[in-house]
Amino acid sequence: MSKLIFEKHVPFSNSFSLPPCEVPEVVEIPEALQRKEKLSLPEVSEVETIRHFTELSRKAYGVDSGFYPLGSCTMKYNPKIDEWAARLPGFANIHPYQPEETVQGALELMYEMEKMCCEIAGMDRFTLQPAAGAHGEMTGVMIIKAYHKKRGDEKRTKILVPDSAHGTNPATANVVGYDVVEVKSNDRGLVDIEDLKAKMSDEVAGLMLTNPNTLGLFEEEIVKIASIVHEGGGLLYYDGANLNAIMGVCRPGDMGFDIVHLNLHKTFGTPHGGGGPGSGPVGVKAFLAEFLPVPVVEKKGDKYVLDYDRPESIGKVKNFYGNFGVVVKAYTYIKSLGRDGLKDVAYNAVLNANYLRHHLSQYYNVPYNRLCKHEFIANSKFQHDKNGITTMDIAKRLLDYGYHPPTVYFPLIVHEAIMIEPTETETKERLDDFIKAMADIAREAEEEPEKVKNAPHTTVVKRIDEVGAARNPIVKWEEE
Amino acid sequence: MRYTPNPPAVAEEMLKSIGLNSFEDLFADIPQEVRLNRELDLPEGLSEIEVKRHLLEKARRNITVDEYPCFLGAGAYDHFVPAAVDQILLRSEFYTAYTPYQPEISQGILQSIFEYQTMICKLTGLDVSNASMYDGGTALAEACQVAVSSKAKKIIVPDNIHPENLRILKTYALSGRFAIEVIPGKDGIIDIEAMKKAIGKGTAAVVIQQPNFYGIIEQGIEELAEAVHQNKGLLIMSVDPISLAILKSPAEYGADIAVGDGQVLGNNLSFGGPYLGFFAASEKLLRKIPGRIVGQSVDSEGKKAFVLTLQAREQHIRREKASSNICSNQALCALAAAIYLSLIGPEGLRQIALRSHQMAVYAKNELEKKGLTLKYKQPFFREFAVKMDNPSTMNKKLLENGIIGGFELDDAMMLAFTEKRTRAEIDKLVNVLGGEK
Amino acid sequence: MRVESGLLYTQNHEWLKVEGDKAYIGITDYAQEHLGDIVFVELPEVDAEFDAEDSIAVVESVKAVSSVYTPVGCTIVEVNEELESSPELLNEDCYTNWIAVVEITDKSGLDELMNAEEYEAFCAEQE
Repeated sequence: MSKLIFEKHVPFSNSFSLPPCEVPEVVEIPEALQRKEKLSLPEVSEVETIRHFTELSRKAYGVDSGFYPLGSCTMKYNPKIDEWAARLPGFANIHPYQPEETVQGALELMYEMEKMCCEIAGMDRFTLQPAAGAHGEMTGVMIIKAYHKKRGDEKRTKILVPDSAHGTNPATANVVGYDVVEVKSNDRGLVDIEDLKAKMSDEVAGLMLTNPNTLGLFEEEIVKIASIVHEGGGLLYYDGANLNAIMGVCRPGDMGFDIVHLNLHKTFGTPHGGGGPGSGPVGVKAFLAEFLPVPVVEKKGDKYVLDYDRPESIGKVKNFYGNFGVVVKAYTYIKSLGRDGLKDVAYNAVLNANYLRHHLSQYYNVPYNRLCKHEFIANSKFQHDKNGITTMDIAKRLLDYGYHPPTVYFPLIVHEAIMIEPTETETKERLDDFIKAMADIAREAEEEPEKVKNAPHTTVVKRIDEVGAARNPIVKWEEE
Repeated sequence: MRYTPNPPAVAEEMLKSIGLNSFEDLFADIPQEVRLNRELDLPEGLSEIEVKRHLLEKARRNITVDEYPCFLGAGAYDHFVPAAVDQILLRSEFYTAYTPYQPEISQGILQSIFEYQTMICKLTGLDVSNASMYDGGTALAEACQVAVSSKAKKIIVPDNIHPENLRILKTYALSGRFAIEVIPGKDGIIDIEAMKKAIGKGTAAVVIQQPNFYGIIEQGIEELAEAVHQNKGLLIMSVDPISLAILKSPAEYGADIAVGDGQVLGNNLSFGGPYLGFFAASEKLLRKIPGRIVGQSVDSEGKKAFVLTLQAREQHIRREKASSNICSNQALCALAAAIYLSLIGPEGLRQIALRSHQMAVYAKNELEKKGLTLKYKQPFFREFAVKMDNPSTMNKKLLENGIIGGFELDDAMMLAFTEKRTRAEIDKLVNVLGGEK
Repeated sequence: MRVESGLLYTQNHEWLKVEGDKAYIGITDYAQEHLGDIVFVELPEVDAEFDAEDSIAVVESVKAVSSVYTPVGCTIVEVNEELESSPELLNEDCYTNWIAVVEITDKSGLDELMNAEEYEAFCAEQE
């Protein structure tokens, strides 16, 4: 472990300074309101601060470090031009409350971004306000609630969620005040239509669905699913986590979805930042547009304005207008790729996934081994049956081979799942290398199982005691 | 410009190797009736030269706070960001990484968050901090969700918290999981007696913003802490992290949870986002707080190591029982905050807070010399409201004079000051505002 | 898997030891084994009142979380505070280390509980 910045503290080593003070150095704050407690932040020189964080960066692994086949996360290459764009002073150094006439370029960008999102998703209006996918889900489910409420249909207290769903879907429904009802998957990994019919009722507000689903499979009966929910008076929510697979091929709006969120940090190439910031715009069909958060950007003549006068709006889900800086990056991405480029993304994402699935299924069990979309699920069944090797062991062994492991133990409906999403930005050579590494690990699992069970061997730390961390949490540094 | 690296011949070879003939075959499972069957109605892709030109043109149509001095605050402030911050943020091991779920190859990110958490604890005086949230407003809403229980659902909020934060609280309350009771203030500050009267058995929490939306430093918060604690509710404070260098910390007031926006800690204004919300709490709430938390542990060889911990609180494990649905944190913005605080140091932060305050005091005195008066005569930190009949006309006039004015209230303008402002800029502001009289 | 005779069991893998109007409530060996290393137990407050089927406590491991439900209407008389600092006791001996002692206020739920043999068969079915 590197020393903590606090342990590099040297009194008076920090030489940060302000310009000479040109105004009287008075303090007009009553004594009783002033801080008494010492502020013990570290004092470190600039050079040592830079070295500290540079050292930390070397103990991290990004898409630029290597292959990152993390299922459901769409870890594609983050174009550098997008970073440049968001840092332009005209975008980075403007205050959210500036007069509209001083931010016309920013408002125009938001306006155009909304239009492009509408076209890509097949929706009528978008809000750019939500800060992440989960935040978008919450916004969308609130819109579902507002819609039923306005119609006086308040007996709808349930949200349907497939059993293959990401945890955010049920969590979101709960946070917005709904009871969650799970819909089963059938033996093909798709929504069980009979179970959906049985669970749809006049108490159901809507269904949350990803398509392709979390197994990477396209819900082939989406039209039937949509009509069951709609005929029952519910709305259809599209979790955009997996849109990368179908851009330019088909659109959630055309499948019957009423509300959609997009993950700009997955589909549109903005970096994940080690956990954020992301951006989760929410799109709706015209009949739900009145419920979108305020403000929305409108064009009046040749001027762009922020419209707050929307009485049916659910209000605000975030300060100001969302993660504008992230929106700039995604806008730049879409502009760079254009209509053909986006379709090319879907084509290659699906090709790369199927290529890996096909070749890896020689070594690993692939429970739904048929045409997939952007990702697929393997598991450790073969290796476990033989030598007790778990999915976690395989994931950790991949670290030794220099890869970021796939998503593991999700979705929950596949035992010991290994969820692989290569994305479109990988070359055949990279994929072949990965296949070889996975094949090597499969061989090791047979011949030298202990090597896999005790992995990783080459990382700066070995497997970490998570139980100890959770039983006796230490969540900050304390002076010894 | 495209980022799909396989040339057509290679793609074709790949298709063949899996027994397919064309890209179209990859989508055979998508029913015809939902196919787009046309091109997306978007322009053709652009080369990098064209994209650059296009974005520059848009960016140039915005007036930046570097071109015109900015006196806007109201939740986002034009504080100085050292050049070194962005240099580190551009280390792609940080910004192109995913959430550090694989701790063996993510010790750097985990450690930076652990350091961030420690810094937030130091600033607020509280025991524990999460790895950050979307922004100050949503962090406040999440704090309210932590406070509620089946027996206590009422959140008491004065009307002088940031109006956007209040609007967010009301939106989150659409869930029915908690109810907001807004208590009108007096003279720009909270009405302590009215708030105390509102506190009762069903009170989950009292929310206080310090300094409040008008920039005023509230007094008597300790009394409210006592009253709400007697009723087993929580005191939630929404605070400005820069102000904490010189103002009493939430812990000193007896707060159970402190939240706020961390934009001022090394993050650009960026037209409102991305920022970060920080969230700190007392030890007893550790297992109830939302979002990611980094903990210290040991590896199998006994070496000190960091790992995301207490994950059973989070949506991916708790699913429909989760009281927050948040997945992400604003890791990169939190990293900016940690770098910023390291570069500035404790004395630097104090100087920045003091200078901002002193600039504001100077401006107030100069405005008063011109016959203008403050809307509220209360102690302030770096922002205050100055009375005027038509703030929107004044803002236009300021703009004509190359100044980005303040936040408009009905009969006043809120002006904010940071260490970046100069005396000359303030004198010019005062002259324009004073000229109207 | 261990099942202790003389206790009553729920389908949700809680056990009850009834003594007159009082009962001890804990989780079964099957439950602790499926949860894995238990890292935290959220206990109810003494005097708190619950209806049958209410969640009275929450047990967390690193990768899972589970509610502990009371099969009977009850008032909490005592909680096992030792679990706050040593949650691993539930892994070590889940039948000695009860979670709460309750006063039963509504006995109707007792009729539906299983005895040790029935519970053992029930678990076998679950596997």
